[in-house]
Amino acid sequence: MAIHIDLEKCTGCANCVPSCPFGIIEVIDEKARINEGCTLCGACQAVCAYEAIIIEAIPEPVASTDNHRGIWVFAEQRDGKLKSVDYELLSKGKELADILKTELCAICFGHNISEIEQLIAYGADKVYLIDDPALANHQEDLYTGELVRLIQQHKPEAVIAGATSLGRSFIPRVAAILKTGLTADCTDLAIDNETQRLLQTRPTFGGNIMATIICQARRPQMSTVRPRVFKKKLADPKPNGQIIKVDFDREHITSRTKLLNFVDDLTETVKLEDADVIVSGGRGLGKAENFQLLQELATAIGAALGSSRAPVDDGWIPYSHQVGQTGKTVCPKLYIACGISGAVQHLAGMQTSDCIVAINTDPDAPIFEVATYGIVGDLFKVVPMLIEKLKVD
Amino acid sequence: MNIIVCLKQVPGTTKVSIDPQTNTLVRQGIKNIVNPFDTYALEEGVRIKEKHGGKVTAISMGPPQAEEMLREAISTGADEAILLSDRSFAGADTLATSYTLARAINKIKEDNLVICGRQTIDGDTGQVGPELAEMLGIPFIAYVSRIEEINNGRIRVQRLVEDGHEIIESTLPAVITVVKEINTPRLPSLRGMSKAKSAVITTWTAQEIGADKEMVGLSGSATRVIKIFFPQRVRHGEMLQGSPESQAASLIDKLRQAKLI
Repeated sequence: MAIHIDLEKCTGCANCVPSCPFGIIEVIDEKARINEGCTLCGACQAVCAYEAIIIEAIPEPVASTDNHRGIWVFAEQRDGKLKSVDYELLSKGKELADILKTELCAICFGHNISEIEQLIAYGADKVYLIDDPALANHQEDLYTGELVRLIQQHKPEAVIAGATSLGRSFIPRVAAILKTGLTADCTDLAIDNETQRLLQTRPTFGGNIMATIICQARRPQMSTVRPRVFKKKLADPKPNGQIIKVDFDREHITSRTKLLNFVDDLTETVKLEDADVIVSGGRGLGKAENFQLLQELATAIGAALGSSRAPVDDGWIPYSHQVGQTGKTVCPKLYIACGISGAVQHLAGMQTSDCIVAINTDPDAPIFEVATYGIVGDLFKVVPMLIEKLKVD
Repeated sequence: MNIIVCLKQVPGTTKVSIDPQTNTLVRQGIKNIVNPFDTYALEEGVRIKEKHGGKVTAISMGPPQAEEMLREAISTGADEAILLSDRSFAGADTLATSYTLARAINKIKEDNLVICGRQTIDGDTGQVGPELAEMLGIPFIAYVSRIEEINNGRIRVQRLVEDGHEIIESTLPAVITVVKEINTPRLPSLRGMSKAKSAVITTWTAQEIGADKEMVGLSGSATRVIKIFFPQRVRHGEMLQGSPESQAASLIDKLRQAKLI
């Protein structure tokens, strides 16, 4: 344990007790005690007037940042089509690279990728492209091996990927091989002015707490970033960058896992992540059949159907509709939440929507904290009224 | 089949509240639970054993009180349980945690399949499974929702990704992480509970798993938390008043004005 209480200095004043964001400090026999779960955030040390809380600085090897330059974005594709998260990450990556006065590179693996030059239009100075039929699908063993190889060769200072199923599955493997730090599911990235380090902010404890994390000495610094938290900037009308084709190193890598088949699960016409308007239902719907009412509203305004976690857990609607921490992150122009109380886990998946409408009977429901328009009322009265009025006009 | 299931004890915080006076998590009455996603991993391990024979070993890195959780694991079907507990393990990030778990799993040796939950509900990273696989140098499959076949040193599974599902085949040994769609965990049986009561939970320290002190806990962690804060939410929206009819009418007006519908 690298934190301890100097029992001679501790007066048992208990000022540190409320300072702990995790509530794990107690005073026993007039001495503070730090229980399990400490993240060494230093909040208690800052309030201790007696310098009784000691956090041992662990000597770190000096960062080998000198020879690591450039921000890399892993650009994901499916069936030769780039994903929108690629452009979001490049837009943010460009900001970071400009602050660091370094280059922004996109890394892309796949086969016959259409519009690859778009990666340059959204900010990449270089695109390292490995185009090979073997990489067409998400073959994670191959992706892992090739990304490690490129990183070892070119030594970027930071590598950013989407916190998608693919990113969250293979990026940790890359980090483990490189023995470097990886921060999952970030919702903000910034550069520390003084140290030039990447400040990686992410929700934790189910979204109840935000934590800013750094990778002190090892390089590259790695993050996965949630789709739809960074805004895609406008494409550069006069893009300037180069596409560097890299040969697939098939000799070097053996694939022990093999993707045999991919099946698209969504039956609806509008994909939730791509929808401009989403009508979403929660526990307030009461039963599976009542999603029919929301479907009617969705049809009337051309929306996709979403759900909070409770209806999915109860089997009212398939998991592919779930919005939130363990479901999808969405950012539509309009999100209409019906009978959703707004647990932090749900808010984490939709709060960046442009306009949020909340309909709920409980005036204290947390969903109203993020709502642009709030209606305290019974969804079974309000929603039919909305449908009726939309039909009339 | 020898199956290793990784478990983590976490605070049951899904319904956590924040004390507005002190701005800290209210912990009173929150007891530690086994990470819910890990219960599906354990159940799947037990089901595979029931079908193919073998042994299920539950393993956890944590403080001494995590022993209680490992007893629970025995009551729901684990044959053995190992607790990795050492003060030097404290403050570990996912890199140091997966190194520590890998050292212990290497000591057990005869593993064919390692199963983890998709992520924990406290850290939410989902990184320990894939990092562990690399530390062990064996294949990895995330988000498994069904095991289709285990045969001749190979495993074929279905796994959930954001826009559908995939069928993946892998050689064994391997590490998989599972999602809650995979099964419904059983409740402890009477026999299980009595077995759990008398079970000996093995505890291994850093030395016993031959761990390099520089690679565990805080020293072995590549990342540091430098700031913790609470997401600030203030009501800034407009509440629409009146009867359901006038609420509906004014909402439609506003959405049309903003060209949202």
